[in-house]
Amino acid sequence: MSDLVSQDLNMIFTSPKGEHVHALKDITFTLKKGELLTVLGPSGCGKTTLLNIAAGFLRPTSGKITLGNNEINGPGVERGMVFQQGALFEWLTVAENVNFGLRMKRVDPVKTAEKVEEWLDIVGLKGFGNTPTYQLSGGMQQRVALARCLINDPELILMDEPLGALDALTREKMQSLVLKIWKETGKTIILITHSVEEALLLGERVYVMAPRPGRIHTEYKLPFASMGLDGDLREIKNNKEFVTKREEILSMIWDMEEEIMGKEI
Amino acid sequence: MLTGIVTFLIIFAVIGSILYGQKLIKTEKTDAVFGNPERAKGGVHWVILGSCFLLFLWLYYSWDIAKAFYPKSANELCQVAKVTESLLSLKYLFPIEERQHKSTAIIQRENVNINDKILAIQNAHKLETHDKERFVRLLNSTQQIIPLLTDEKYLQLETKNIISDLTNRIKRLTENFPKDTYPPALSDEAEKKRIEALQKQRGWGATGMEVPPLPETRVGLKFHTAAEELNKISDEFFSMRNHHPKYLRKVKAIIGEIKRYKSGLDDGQELEMTYIKEIKKLGQRIHYASIFPPSALDALEQSIRDFDKVQKQEQGAIRVRDILFFPGGTIVSSGPTCAEDGPGRWLPKPSDTFRIFGDLLKPSVGFKMIPMLWYEMMGVNKIVDFFLPDWVADILPGRYPVHTSYGKVEPNFKSRVLDIVTGNFEAFKIPVPTGHIWDSFLRVFLGLALGIIFGVPLGIFMGLNRFAKGFFDPLVELYRPVPPLAWAPLIITVFGIDNVGKVFLLFMVSFSIMIISARAGATGTQLSKIHAAHSLGASRWQILREVIFPNSLPEILTGVRVAAGMCWGTLVAAEFLAGTTGIGFVENVARKYMQYEVIWITIFVMGVLGLLFDITIRKIIDRTIPWRGKG
Ligand SMILES: Nc1ncnc2c1ncn2[C@@H]1O[C@H](COP(=O)(O)OP(=O)(O)O)[C@@H](O)[C@H]1O
Ligand SMILES: [Mg+2]
Repeated sequence: MSDLVSQDLNMIFTSPKGEHVHALKDITFTLKKGELLTVLGPSGCGKTTLLNIAAGFLRPTSGKITLGNNEINGPGVERGMVFQQGALFEWLTVAENVNFGLRMKRVDPVKTAEKVEEWLDIVGLKGFGNTPTYQLSGGMQQRVALARCLINDPELILMDEPLGALDALTREKMQSLVLKIWKETGKTIILITHSVEEALLLGERVYVMAPRPGRIHTEYKLPFASMGLDGDLREIKNNKEFVTKREEILSMIWDMEEEIMGKEI
Repeated sequence: MLTGIVTFLIIFAVIGSILYGQKLIKTEKTDAVFGNPERAKGGVHWVILGSCFLLFLWLYYSWDIAKAFYPKSANELCQVAKVTESLLSLKYLFPIEERQHKSTAIIQRENVNINDKILAIQNAHKLETHDKERFVRLLNSTQQIIPLLTDEKYLQLETKNIISDLTNRIKRLTENFPKDTYPPALSDEAEKKRIEALQKQRGWGATGMEVPPLPETRVGLKFHTAAEELNKISDEFFSMRNHHPKYLRKVKAIIGEIKRYKSGLDDGQELEMTYIKEIKKLGQRIHYASIFPPSALDALEQSIRDFDKVQKQEQGAIRVRDILFFPGGTIVSSGPTCAEDGPGRWLPKPSDTFRIFGDLLKPSVGFKMIPMLWYEMMGVNKIVDFFLPDWVADILPGRYPVHTSYGKVEPNFKSRVLDIVTGNFEAFKIPVPTGHIWDSFLRVFLGLALGIIFGVPLGIFMGLNRFAKGFFDPLVELYRPVPPLAWAPLIITVFGIDNVGKVFLLFMVSFSIMIISARAGATGTQLSKIHAAHSLGASRWQILREVIFPNSLPEILTGVRVAAGMCWGTLVAAEFLAGTTGIGFVENVARKYMQYEVIWITIFVMGVLGLLFDITIRKIIDRTIPWRGKG
């Protein structure tokens, strides 16, 4: 049983001036192995903070978070991370980026090369192994980031707005890719997005978070991700139920945003 | 000869480039917008134009064009200078280049001086009244000798004769000067001597001499001869005194009184002594000045004016050449010393410069017995000696051999190792570079390399660690803003004027720059990259080596580029201060001996070397960090 369990997670940042920001308040949830969770919410509601805690980059102020009964206490290979801008090592080629994790573990180079080929094929970058990373387009960079994370075979994949910086067309292709990988590898995935549509399309489960303090506002269980596995994503977007859900969540977020603005004024 | 050809080539290239550029502008489709970046691309023809323009300026302003087309012109101008100089003192007697007659000016000035002195004496509190009266009386009689000089009736016949003789000689010179027969032929012997001296004389710009002084052409000889004659006339004029016996008697009386007064003074009367000396001096100034009655020299003045006009006419072509081909200065103003005055002096001629550069580059000549850039054969043993420290042998176990009772010394392992580390063995030789340029280069290279080796790790450490940043910051920040040369005297005292001191100075320069750039690079690593590396399972050391270091490379290499430039500048200045080799040393010596060609050559060599350094580093940067600015 390698579920991700979060119990009463609290995160309070203290700025140098002494102000406290309650970034996360009493976050409790359980994510079963193989589930795909998308997290939505207005900017500043603590999505990234949650993910950083799950990745082990941050220690929560209180509460605990465990993966398969092991408390998360620092970064680890069993939790892979994909960032918004890829965070690729631009001084390395595509293949060198992808095999970075294996190289750090000093895996046999021949085996590594085989695996790299395999993963480049899966993410659709066959033949790009020797291309310098800085020559890649945004979409290709995210593919590399995916492959770099997946080659380590992590139990949990954490993605922080991975498709946020892509154009609409590329984005759609990448969404299919994420779904495909999810299906083929059966990994547990948390994907943060600011696009309601994307959250609905990809998320088996969707958390809508609210700010100040950051908390889980509403939770949805949705069928669209499973539909998208074999269906056409665009068709789903026109699905009536999909459209209603989208409008519902959108207006919810709108209200939150308005509340923030009101507070600030 | 070559300069002439080059000049024509330049003129053709300039005209060609301009015409080609014009044509291109016409055929190019006209872009209506101002500031179109397309235009910034320039064009080879404009580059040619620019380079030619520069070269032309150099040729022209260094008077190399004059030298190429009129090799004798400098010599002729020198002769003109002699005439101008000889005329000068005569002309100053009259309102030719002055406002007043010299006599008028002197009388005016001396009257003022005497009146001032009288006033001063009357106001002097410490003088006794009877001394005051005596001084004023002496001054009044001094003033009264002036009319004895300016009155026509005291002009003696003898003086009148000399004046008219001098006037006639100038008139004759004026008449003869334009004629082809001037100067009259010398006696055979004198002519032979003249030609002999001429043959010994070296040409314009020959080493150690700027302009040859002996006349080389007929026109030159004409001016030269006239100048000699004018010098004689002028000497005779100024040795002549307009002193009537009556004047002399009066002067004698004044001097006698002064003498008597002085002998009556005792040691305590310093003030009176000073005054009486000053009064005597005022009289002497009038006595030795050339003061003549108002119109006594009218004829002489006219003759000088006439001659001046004629000689100016005769200058003709020489004058035109002077104006056209000797920009920014002239030889005439140097007078009879015949030197280049103006850019011709400090801007060396390209022809000379290239010749001297060629000489300097010859390994057998070089500068101060050291070649600019060459190689020498060096035994491998010396190199081993240099790189391996001697203590390597000392720390080996055992003892060095002790002599036996047979009076022999048997080498053992320890002593053999010592032989090796001290270079005490036979070895083949390999060529190693040497020379001024190499020395300068090596110093910069070593200083830079040491700065990188120590600065980069420390900089990265400071970028990652609060303690290191805080601890080393004061050290670096305090010594860094001090101009490197301000450290030079101290460092040279501590480490010596040789390589160690200079390399250490350069190390200080590059060290701080490398620390700062490496620190900036390390601090600038995106957190997400470090996060990514962490979740990919990299250890701290791996993150340092595989992420933070490569990520800092652009900053580090930019730092290297800056440091190289700084080191180069500092080195040359440091070599200026002290040392016996290096390109800065060469310039410093050349400066002392006013070898302008060498100065310019060193400037050029430094520019080229600095440029090469920069280009090399830029190439390395492009090679190693192609992702820069694209990440
Ligand atoms: N290191 C930090 N120090 C102080 N405040 C922080 C820090 N990181 C995040 N915060 C604050 O926590 C809140 C949540 O931030 P974040 O998780 O980045 O939001 P999101 O990713 O949802 O936009 C924000 O108000 C932010 O200002
Ligand atoms: Mg965020």
